[in-house]
Amino acid sequence: MIFSETFEKEIMLNFDLTKEQEMIRKEVRRFAAKEIAPVAGDLDESEEFSVELTTKMGEIGLFGMFVSEEYEGQDMDYLSYIIAVEEIARVDGSQAATIAAGNSLGIGPIYYFGTKEQKKKYLPKLCTGEALWGFGLTEPTAGSDAGGSKTTAVLDGDEWVINGSKIFITNAACEMTMGVTVQAITGTRPSGKPEYTCFLVEQGTRGFKAVPMHKKMMWRASNTAELYFDDVRISKDSLLGEVGDGFHQMLKTLDNGRLSIGAMGLGGAQGAYEAALKYAKDRIQFGQPICKFQAVAFKLADCAVEIECARNLLYKACCLKDQNRAFEKEAAMSKLYCSEMMGRVVNHAVQIHGGYGLMKEYDVERFYRDQKLLDIGEGTSEIQRIVISRYIGC
Amino acid sequence: MEIIVLLKQVPSTESFIEIAEDEMSIKKDDIKFVINPYDEFAVEEAIRLKETHGGSVTILSAGTDKTVEAIRTALAMGADKGILINDPAIEGCDALGTARILAAVLKDTPFDLIIAGQRAVDDDNFQVGLAVAEFLSIPHISMVIKQEITDGKIRCQRTVEGGSVTLEARLPVLFTTQRGLNEPRYASLPGIMKAKKKPLDIKTLEDIGLDSEKAGKPMTKITAMKFPPERKEGKIIEGESAREKAAALVMALREEARVI
Repeated sequence: MIFSETFEKEIMLNFDLTKEQEMIRKEVRRFAAKEIAPVAGDLDESEEFSVELTTKMGEIGLFGMFVSEEYEGQDMDYLSYIIAVEEIARVDGSQAATIAAGNSLGIGPIYYFGTKEQKKKYLPKLCTGEALWGFGLTEPTAGSDAGGSKTTAVLDGDEWVINGSKIFITNAACEMTMGVTVQAITGTRPSGKPEYTCFLVEQGTRGFKAVPMHKKMMWRASNTAELYFDDVRISKDSLLGEVGDGFHQMLKTLDNGRLSIGAMGLGGAQGAYEAALKYAKDRIQFGQPICKFQAVAFKLADCAVEIECARNLLYKACCLKDQNRAFEKEAAMSKLYCSEMMGRVVNHAVQIHGGYGLMKEYDVERFYRDQKLLDIGEGTSEIQRIVISRYIGC
Repeated sequence: MEIIVLLKQVPSTESFIEIAEDEMSIKKDDIKFVINPYDEFAVEEAIRLKETHGGSVTILSAGTDKTVEAIRTALAMGADKGILINDPAIEGCDALGTARILAAVLKDTPFDLIIAGQRAVDDDNFQVGLAVAEFLSIPHISMVIKQEITDGKIRCQRTVEGGSVTLEARLPVLFTTQRGLNEPRYASLPGIMKAKKKPLDIKTLEDIGLDSEKAGKPMTKITAMKFPPERKEGKIIEGESAREKAAALVMALREEARVI
């Protein structure tokens, strides 16, 4: 969806995607069907992060989509990136997580806030999918309440010394991980609140340990890590932006990240709905396909309506961002609505599949589990409602 | 090396095909279109040749406004430029007419090699590639699974019943593709952005010096289009033992199916 370029008389709505956006959807869909769909179930079952698949996703250009060509990015608009995430999520939540986190949380902060040297050093490898980068924000005692964080960084001569830990960090402990961005407390603001600063910590730095987390309910083929910082000493050059920028950087990163989580909800809902529709047409009970029964047909009709609404909301948010207009409220709305909408759709999809929907042989079983993260990660649904309620003046 | 790929846009093999009310064509409104899979092998092979020998790859197609999508996809895969002959007269063209139009363009375009799909999966005519070669008076090698170019000569391998045969010809040559030739690449996302800036020439029949009345006029005409008859319900052979079932099966094959 793009708005007409002429604003002189009136703003015309145009719901058509550009030719390039259509092609991106088509190619990513083809890639997902051929490369991801056949292995998604097995990778989920064995809880395995696939280097091979991630490399392939890098080769077709799924990393660094919104980054300029100078840093080996694809120089596309944000909506193109969102469409790509949507199409991957339509087939598998775990791989979509690798892409969404890789771009929004890994590449994003370095691209938006890094120095030219930092960008030159890290982005080319991250944008070609040769390496991944994590974003360490959540701590064991600091989830929705960022004020509970305990990780600190203290300047000692020419070096910063980081101590603390992070939890639930995507892409941070696999063979491809090159490093992480970590947010730490560097002092106290005049208001009495903590001052946050972000640092770039490379894999292999002394005292830094990234441990993969297992036994997850969802996103089982995506890499999730716990990070430990034990007197980690890094040079002054590893600072992201300025001292005290951390909180602002985190907010900006999450605003963008919300769009990609929205895309995961939208794509996942689309995939589950298509599977349910197909099953309902094929499954015969009482002498006819079950899609002919209103009890099933109405569920599918509701899914179709909700997916359409979600797509329009999410694409509008991207459209605003692509025009450098305020999009933060719409991003929070998209994250909230797309995530919860997928919850309703996967619920219907499993119900329509009946007993088969409870079996791993059917993809909707995986979609049902993968959805739950979306209500929780990158700001819970409750936090989104707080954000939105503030934007509307409550 | 200048390489031309003849490309046709066809309904996606995953599309649900319905016969139109005239019973001579298919409904085109709701179906998705893709590059003809055999032409996709041709695009891939052309790009690989360019990567080894240098030169450029030109995509040539006769079609409609919609065909632009297929050409853009080939450009996004790595081809360099596109030529689309877009004329209302093309809609009713038969294979020979299409070949005549493509050959007319190629008479004024320098090339060393032309690669085409062995057939388009919609009409299954197997004609356009070899007719183009005939019009241009150049050698044609069909259904190639492997090729190698050295010193202005091409050596092509193709399968024949129970084996393979290797053919050699001096360039320029037209060869058609067979499954197994290669595994076509995806149009990468950076490729899609680059394709935006690549030249795509859109011409009418008049632009290439043809009379649209004559050039598009079909010499064959489709008079009917039907789905294959629906398969009859299968029969399950009942019996107490394997021996009994086998006997019943033999009986059925002899008496009912009359095949033994």
